[in-house]
Amino acid sequence: MKRFLLAAAGFLSLVGAAHAGTLDDVKTRGALNCGVSQGLPGFSTPNDKNEWSGFDVDFCRAIAAAIFNDPNKVKFTPLSAKDRFTALTSGAIDVLSRNTTWTMSRDTTLGFNFAGVTYYDGQGFLVRKSLGLKGSKELDGASVCVQTGTSNELNVSDYFRANGMKYREVIAFGTLDETVKAYESGRCDVFTSDRSQLAAVRLKLTNPADHIVLPETISKEPLGPLVRHGDDQWFDLVKWTYFALLDAEELGVNQKNVDEMLSSPNPEVKRLLGTDGKYGEGIGLTADWAVRIVKATGNYGEIYDRNLGPSTPLGLERGLNNLWNKGGIQYGMPVR
Amino acid sequence: MSDQTLSPHVFVSSVLLEPAPPPVSDRGPVRWARAHLFGSVPQVLLTLFGIWLVFAVIPPLVQFFLIDAVWEGTDRKACLPADVGHPVGACWPFIWAKINQLTYGFYPADERWRVNVVYALGAVLLLPLLIQKVPYKRLNAILFFGVYPVVAFVLLTGGNFGLKRFLLGYLGFDGLFPIGATVAGLSVAFWADFVVSSALLALGAAALARFVAGPGAGLGAARNTLSALGILGAVLLAADIDVGLQPVETRLWGGLLVTLVIAVTGITASLPFGILLALGRRSHLPLVKICSILFIEFWRGVPLITVLFFATYMLPLFLPGQLTIDGLLRAVVGVALFASAYMAEVVRGGLQAIPKGQYEGAMALGLPGSLKMRLVVLPQALKLVIPGIVNNFIGLFKDTTLVLIVSIFDLLGAMRAAFTDPNWATPTTLFTGFGFAGIVYFVFCFGMSRYSMALEKRLDRARHH
Amino acid sequence: MSDARLSDRGAVRGRRWSWTDPKLRSSVIQIALGLVLVWLAWSFYANAEANLSRLGIASGFSFLDDRAGFAISQSLIPYNENMSYGRAFLVGLLNTLLVAFLGVILATILGFLMGVARLSRNVVIKALASAYVEVTRNLPPLFQILFWYLAVLATLPSPRQSWGLGLQPIFSGIASGLSAIGLGVLATPFSGLAAAVGAPDVYVNNRGLILPRPVFGEGSGAILIAVLVALVASFVLARWARKRREATGRPFPVFWSGLALIVVLPLLAAAATGFPLHIETPELRGFNFVGGLSVMPEFVALLLALSTYTAGFIAEIVRSGILAVSKGQTEAAHSLGLRGGPTLRLVVIPQAMRVIVPPLTSQYLNLTKNSSLGVAVGYPDLFAIFAGTTLNQTGQAIEIIAMTMAVYLVISIVTSLIMGWYNKRVALVER
Repeated sequence: MKRFLLAAAGFLSLVGAAHAGTLDDVKTRGALNCGVSQGLPGFSTPNDKNEWSGFDVDFCRAIAAAIFNDPNKVKFTPLSAKDRFTALTSGAIDVLSRNTTWTMSRDTTLGFNFAGVTYYDGQGFLVRKSLGLKGSKELDGASVCVQTGTSNELNVSDYFRANGMKYREVIAFGTLDETVKAYESGRCDVFTSDRSQLAAVRLKLTNPADHIVLPETISKEPLGPLVRHGDDQWFDLVKWTYFALLDAEELGVNQKNVDEMLSSPNPEVKRLLGTDGKYGEGIGLTADWAVRIVKATGNYGEIYDRNLGPSTPLGLERGLNNLWNKGGIQYGMPVR
Repeated sequence: MSDQTLSPHVFVSSVLLEPAPPPVSDRGPVRWARAHLFGSVPQVLLTLFGIWLVFAVIPPLVQFFLIDAVWEGTDRKACLPADVGHPVGACWPFIWAKINQLTYGFYPADERWRVNVVYALGAVLLLPLLIQKVPYKRLNAILFFGVYPVVAFVLLTGGNFGLKRFLLGYLGFDGLFPIGATVAGLSVAFWADFVVSSALLALGAAALARFVAGPGAGLGAARNTLSALGILGAVLLAADIDVGLQPVETRLWGGLLVTLVIAVTGITASLPFGILLALGRRSHLPLVKICSILFIEFWRGVPLITVLFFATYMLPLFLPGQLTIDGLLRAVVGVALFASAYMAEVVRGGLQAIPKGQYEGAMALGLPGSLKMRLVVLPQALKLVIPGIVNNFIGLFKDTTLVLIVSIFDLLGAMRAAFTDPNWATPTTLFTGFGFAGIVYFVFCFGMSRYSMALEKRLDRARHH
Repeated sequence: MSDARLSDRGAVRGRRWSWTDPKLRSSVIQIALGLVLVWLAWSFYANAEANLSRLGIASGFSFLDDRAGFAISQSLIPYNENMSYGRAFLVGLLNTLLVAFLGVILATILGFLMGVARLSRNVVIKALASAYVEVTRNLPPLFQILFWYLAVLATLPSPRQSWGLGLQPIFSGIASGLSAIGLGVLATPFSGLAAAVGAPDVYVNNRGLILPRPVFGEGSGAILIAVLVALVASFVLARWARKRREATGRPFPVFWSGLALIVVLPLLAAAATGFPLHIETPELRGFNFVGGLSVMPEFVALLLALSTYTAGFIAEIVRSGILAVSKGQTEAAHSLGLRGGPTLRLVVIPQAMRVIVPPLTSQYLNLTKNSSLGVAVGYPDLFAIFAGTTLNQTGQAIEIIAMTMAVYLVISIVTSLIMGWYNKRVALVER
């Protein structure tokens, strides 16, 4: 019996083992587990070989590049809006990069930390042109389709209430595809979501030209990646990946010229690229972490232009998402 | 006057008359029709209604799926009535375009032959097992239930797991073995650990057996432990060895492949586990009995999707950080546990139907408990509940669709994803897709139910002889 | 293992400790099982505790009082987004119970019809019923829900092109049919009738089924009381009639008199209170119909799929139940002069019920659990509202999943208890 108890005690040590840091877990595993949306053109879509691309996807690739020097060491977990937080809380994913709105409750009671705002967005309405609506104040009596588990679901009822309108019904669907399908089949008069998402969804409709996005923006939707509470090192790593992307754009470091920039005399560039100082070690990586990021994915502007910018089918102007010195509010913290 | 007239019974005919044929209304097809179709006014009405229904349903279906159907094309234009110029039925090119996703998911194109081999191997091994007349049933069963899963597993995942540590390693003795050293791609640390652990386990088992069962039991216990570990080692070796296949992650699997993997693993795992649970529920040991009852009733009481949700998104919360379990595996385990609770109840029904005399007879022969169950009770009990077991298999097969709720794309999920492709958005895409998926599900489920009926009939006949 | 044990039996005899000693063996097994269970439970608890405290998530059920903030598309009780998560939980629970309750009723009716039809002598009916059973039983329920929702209901016309149901469309349909075959003279009265009944009251479109809604004005409580009184009275009447029949053999038309009670009493009450009830008819205004009662397509799809699916299983249960009643019973009933219908109703089905009830119970439970698949089409049931939206907003994963599972378990247990009680009543009483 005594021997049995000893063996049992040995097993217990397996369970009680202190939780190593997320970065260590990721390194042991050899891949980053990244939660993305289930298919949203421009942000995260798989091709027919299940290779993912998009704005949110590239952010995870940047993290993987910083850790492994290989942007492909990411396992993408497609998540519906409703399931994303449970997956992050439980540890099924390491970082959630799924156009998630930064709200106070998510940042506090839900137990997450937002690493920044990678995309400043706002909520809008998509309707059929044939309805002849001029603005969202004319939506009284409409049936509204929305994806469940989003901030949009909460905003829409507030908006109707605040403007003295009544919706006929708000039908909440489990996934984006279901919501869009329902809107397209005529189940609802209007589909509401973040404007970037509306632009992406419109492209997936059979006849995009039959649908328009109403001019009003009814809410602030700062979208960004987030991590769990309780691991400051990991939080720092994700946060500074974001800042490095912004700083690289601001300093003119891009995918093409990053090798030349290594010999740049500019002290800011030198600190960012690790030729001066070892700032990367502060987040558990090596000094040249930002070089790896920019080489793999380019800077913030390149990621934006490649996935969302005017040359893509989505054609979204930078607007608020321009750098602070170019009329936007994207502002990378200095590496120092 | 002839003699005849002198007969004492003049009025009696000496020859028997042939019986007159029944009236036309009561023989041949008319009688059949009266009995089966036009017996009474309500019968006539029902028959007419039925015939109308048949004509209302079948010709349009044939029209839609065959006559008006489009068979060739490269995009939605082929199936748009405006472009084609006539009413369009099923849009089969949509299925052809998506067939790879529906059968393999995102499984890499160059590696799909592996899936095909697994499909073919499964069929080749399963068919003779199902046909009664084919000999070598025992060997066949071993191949199908023992070897095939390992082969299929290695083929589908690519094997070469790169196992790092076994028991001792996890217990904190990694230092004993040369970490990182490999021989022929196999980790020395793992296999040294495995051998040492096995030896230690065998010794422990021998000591325990000696302690509780007397000095003679030690050797047997050690031998049994070693052979069990030997089988485990063979399986692990097969999974660990580098067979030169490119590894394919389960997240790339999809479509029919996922449906079949979940169904087949669930089916093979739920039967033994269900039997164990059923035996546990009838056990004399109060703790075993209570645990079995709680387990069975819990799984039977909650919807499968809550279980899948828990297994997919919440389980890591309850496990230590470094332990990760493959997503598909978690879903498979959820489905299998769910099915085994139902299986347990079916098996329990069979166990209850075995007369007490059978138990007593086995005991009188001096068979210990495990042999009594294995040789006498279970074979009879399982035979009795074959229909119930197959019904559970069918239920499990249908339940595989629920993994769609946790973002695993089985056949139905892949079909649903295909519906969202704007390149194939036509008025008839949905019906075509549902028609195709429906036929696939129907063929599998209906096939299983027919086979079980045939089996039941055969066993019934065997009982009567 | 067993071989070794068998051969060693002789050597073992006489020792106090023996593996074959059932007492020792059972306590060793149970202690081991107990330890494993305690270890599992403890490690689950410890890991969850450690993970949650690291995340700084507060646990507990206080979130149930917080403002929910989201709208729910179908609710049986008054609900708006300013109410609490607890209220949302209740709304979801009621929606689950609603679809389960109606589904059970529909499935039972359809299942019994199909089960009897499968045993019909009429080959056409028999073949149709068999086809129905095979098709519904062999397709996954989720497939059927999606089929009804995506392929059938979503293709219905938009609100502006709604199909009207009721007398008006029938009359105008007849009128146009008659004039089409050149009998315009006969068509005139029908179009007149169509105009007289006015607009249809029931509409079907891709937003659902829109029905007239009874609006209860002041004093309509009296009608409700009258309905209750009538129900109780007809129940008492039925008992009295049965007693009298058993005592004297004289039958009493219970069904018709009960029906009369249930119709007449509320009518009288309505007349006495000056008809406080009026019907609100739906009307197309703006995007949608305003007024009336609308049944959402998500609900219809779920209800249709669940009840037709389960009916396939019930039909098989009913069929085997009827077959389990020996043929002698039917023949005896016939020889007593009972016709086919009464034989089935009075002799066969009551005996078949004891075979039917236990598997029927598990079908009812399956239907209830399958109602959680409504989440796939956006029906706001318990799983969608509570384990979906509420969980997403509050992050209280463990509490919410535990509550959701507990609710389903309680529903299961209650249904089992009710059916167990009923089963005892219909079970064969041996005298």
